[in-house]
Amino acid sequence: MEERILMAHGSGGKLSHELITQCFASKLDNQWLSRMDDAAVIDCAGGQLAFTTDSYVVTPLFFPGGDIGKLAVCGTVNDLAVSGAVPQYLSLSFILEEGLLIADLERVIDSIQRTAAEANVAIVTGDTKVVPHGKADGIFINTSGIGRVLPDIKVSGSNVRAGDAIIISGNVGDHGMTIMAQREGLRFDGDLASDCAPLNALIADMLDVCPQMHCMRDPTRGGVATTLNEIAAQSGVGMLIGDDTIPVRPSVRALCDMLGLDPLYVANEGKLLAFAPADAAESLLGVMHASKYGRDAAVIGTVTADNPGQVVLRTKLGTSRILAMLAGDILPRIC
Amino acid sequence: MQPAVNDFRNSELALALVQKIKQRTHAKAHLMEFCGSHTAAILKYGLRQLLPRDVEMLSGPGCPVCVTDQQDIDRAIALAQTPGIIMCTFGDMLKVPGTYASLQQARAEGCDVRTVYSTLDALEIARQNTDKPVVFLGVGFETTAPTIAASIALAKSQQLRNYSVFSLAKLCPPVMKALLDGGEIKIDGIICPGHVSAIIGSHPYEFIVRDYGIACVVAGFEPVDILMAVDMLLAQMENGRPQVEIAYGRSVSPEGNKRAQELLSEVFEPQAARWRGVGTVGGSGYKICDAYKAFDAERLFEIKTGPAKEPAGCRCGDVLRGIINPPECPLFGRICLPERPTGPCMVSGEGACASYYLFGETISAVE
Repeated sequence: MEERILMAHGSGGKLSHELITQCFASKLDNQWLSRMDDAAVIDCAGGQLAFTTDSYVVTPLFFPGGDIGKLAVCGTVNDLAVSGAVPQYLSLSFILEEGLLIADLERVIDSIQRTAAEANVAIVTGDTKVVPHGKADGIFINTSGIGRVLPDIKVSGSNVRAGDAIIISGNVGDHGMTIMAQREGLRFDGDLASDCAPLNALIADMLDVCPQMHCMRDPTRGGVATTLNEIAAQSGVGMLIGDDTIPVRPSVRALCDMLGLDPLYVANEGKLLAFAPADAAESLLGVMHASKYGRDAAVIGTVTADNPGQVVLRTKLGTSRILAMLAGDILPRIC
Repeated sequence: MQPAVNDFRNSELALALVQKIKQRTHAKAHLMEFCGSHTAAILKYGLRQLLPRDVEMLSGPGCPVCVTDQQDIDRAIALAQTPGIIMCTFGDMLKVPGTYASLQQARAEGCDVRTVYSTLDALEIARQNTDKPVVFLGVGFETTAPTIAASIALAKSQQLRNYSVFSLAKLCPPVMKALLDGGEIKIDGIICPGHVSAIIGSHPYEFIVRDYGIACVVAGFEPVDILMAVDMLLAQMENGRPQVEIAYGRSVSPEGNKRAQELLSEVFEPQAARWRGVGTVGGSGYKICDAYKAFDAERLFEIKTGPAKEPAGCRCGDVLRGIINPPECPLFGRICLPERPTGPCMVSGEGACASYYLFGETISAVE
């Protein structure tokens, strides 16, 4: 373990995992935390509750397709929904930097209000702190959320079985490349916008037609490649992914090519990966294609008993290679 | 732009080229892909699985981060640790372990190290912090060197006096000569760098054909580009007439980019430079010339370091010279991993070790 925290500890890749297991899980471990799912599922009178928390530190605060407020609501709603819960109540905690424009804060709050209305969740408690100029970056937001777990739904990163179909709900890499283009001032024509969206309505439709769903997860930091690896390790299964089956928007592909990046490692904020019995794939795609957040959904591979813990990518040329977990930050090539 | 790239990823075209390559009557062919980006593409698309067994692909030293000498890494870190300095660098350099620390450790300990995507970002940081010296860590080949030169010329014309460059930029043809003179490995053909050649053209490789009788083809980075280059190299070997050819005509001309070349000779002069694994190679480094000495961090700051020592057991030097393939290094994938690299070839996306590790061929893939 390093002596100090490095930026790579926050990238969602291997160092993030090591930090979580070695620093947090080793000291705070219990039956809920050890599942390492997006939300904890807690027994309570009359059923189960899902409980989750997340923090948002995006720069810039506003970007095509969203802003930090929309991101905060969607992120927590999605973490609850992929855990098989109906998201109901959210908390919001703000850390504001001295000098922030009140108008910007109001824009963020308006966006939170609109997104919460769409996702049908209530913001029921909150907190505000202000720190001196330079001690934060405009706005940091922490959210928590709870939701009722749907009866008879058992989804978890450790439930995936050999033979399952792997489904992605749409084009990958939109959010990460939008932020990168904004942050680096890359002027780029095209339809580049964050995919940031609440997925709970889509997920409810999916669970309706496939209550035997094994696992769902939103591939945020670290991208699709990292999420697939996490689940392969958690469930002790292998995965075979078809490179040409993964939907990528041409503008995202072009920008990735320009910078030497792989869209499979780029963050998404309105996508989910679903692992379901293969015979349910067709009906799942049916309801997904009917939703505005699942229009481009596709089966991208299958779960295998071979190569447990490994994700194998089959290229268009018929060759195969490992699709590894993200190791550090994603970086443009320099040569 | 997009349809063109897709053409070069077309699997029918690629597989047709593979058939063509298989039909050629060649003896064992030892081909070196100079560029780390070529190694990455070959592994990413699994091209080695398609090529006949007697076509051997060796990765070369074409990764700017990897070839940066340990002592130069240490000096860059020492410069970043100089109080008051803002160091700007491409992201890949952050994780390279020096003898005593890495830039990311220096940053975690409070040094002002900023990741930039281009020299223009570094100039902007200099404009916003006129009270502090802003040093750009100039690592790269002929591809990035013109943008470094442009930033120096711009800083001079705009009288941006707090901007300077620590130039570790390098030229490729001299190190190719050094490798061939070393005679440690057998090379029949070279896939010459794509982006580098967009700047310098293909003429600078002619000495390789003339003096060593080795086939040369400049290639792009898509599967069809690389397979086309392999086929052209084998054809040259077959007919016994090595020459310099271009399989990347959409980006490279024999003369290269004149304007970029002029900028390079305006700001830099070639000087001996240290390469990891290879040692000092005459005329292989871009040194900032006297007319721009006010922007040369080496002349502006006193850089003191302890003795440089490469990490114990690390065989990056042998990987860079093509003596071994990355998995033959005893540290590979055991101690040396992308998240905690021992040597620079495991750090950079263009490093051979990182490519072999990340795009590893699986057992089921070789069925």
